[in-house]
Amino acid sequence: MRQVVAWFVLITLVAFLVTGALLMHPFGYPPADMDDYMIANSQAETANNNVVAAVLFDYRGLDTLGEATVLFTAVTGVMLLFRALKKREKKT
Amino acid sequence: MMQYIPYNIPFIAVALLVGVALFIIIFKRNLIKIVMGIAILEAGVNLFLVTLGYRAGGVAPIYTVTPEGTMVLPVPQALTLTSIVIGVSVIALMLTMVMYVYRHMGDIDAKKSRLLRG
Amino acid sequence: MLSKIVRTISNQLILFILVFGLYIIMHGHVTPGGGFQGGAVIASGVVMLIVAFGSSEIKKSLRESHLSVVESSGALIFIGMAFAGMGTIFFYNFLVGTPVFGGIPPTGPNPGHVWTGGVIPLMNFGVGLKVIAGLSAVVLAMALFSSGEEMEE
Repeated sequence: MRQVVAWFVLITLVAFLVTGALLMHPFGYPPADMDDYMIANSQAETANNNVVAAVLFDYRGLDTLGEATVLFTAVTGVMLLFRALKKREKKT
Repeated sequence: MMQYIPYNIPFIAVALLVGVALFIIIFKRNLIKIVMGIAILEAGVNLFLVTLGYRAGGVAPIYTVTPEGTMVLPVPQALTLTSIVIGVSVIALMLTMVMYVYRHMGDIDAKKSRLLRG
Repeated sequence: MLSKIVRTISNQLILFILVFGLYIIMHGHVTPGGGFQGGAVIASGVVMLIVAFGSSEIKKSLRESHLSVVESSGALIFIGMAFAGMGTIFFYNFLVGTPVFGGIPPTGPNPGHVWTGGVIPLMNFGVGLKVIAGLSAVVLAMALFSSGEEMEE
């Protein structure tokens, strides 16, 4: 019984995804208003040759701040878990 | 809609990758294989983000010694960098918890891990 | 610990990997690259040393307190550069026009100049330090745990 429900859910999800992939915009011609402004005005405002680095650290710097926080939290969590496991093994 | 099928092949490939990853997560019982399924899901989402901003006949959006042509969109590439780093952090935490379960139970099986109490 | 040939070759290779990773970090505003990519390259070099020498040898050199100091100082450099432009707005690029890092490149394709970029090369440096220390600490902790060693101090 559970196998039948699982197969039904999987096939429905994949059908939704393939329909969405067929209804998207044609592959090489995306709508781009914000990116045209960034390509044209990036060398005058941020004094930078690399447009991707200017977008990552200047125009959208808050996303990079959030990502640094996630990396710091993951490293802290891993070190905390290993320390607790060692302590429990030493006591018993 | 039917005339877009020969040109939308990257988007259909993304849908099939996500379908394979969902099959692994639903139907497999080994914990390491479930973690691999989540890694394939992250790879599919990153591929979708990169192919979303491609211009036909484009070059990289960097002004140092560029060849001729129009530039591709730079914003989806910046979002993909963030997504890759977050995927690495999540997989590191999941593998640590799998090591925890192995030391406690001696066997990695997703059906037996429901009996973890206390 | 692997054989003598592997240990000798990895002793020679780690210098080139370190220089290559630092080149990718410091030229992040001219060529493709930046903080995250260069940090991942150097962390993979450290993983090569752990595989060749065994985790108990590397534990004597890379203590946990040193790695923690490096990671925290990388995060503080990143936040400090963001707060230093607080006169106008939170992430303001206040070094454009000053002779330290702000020269404006000519528009269109050009051979790259290093003394451009504003506050971005300093942010690249901070993020690179953070990624190196974080990934090395995670892999070292997993290698020490799975070989049944003492708790690292």
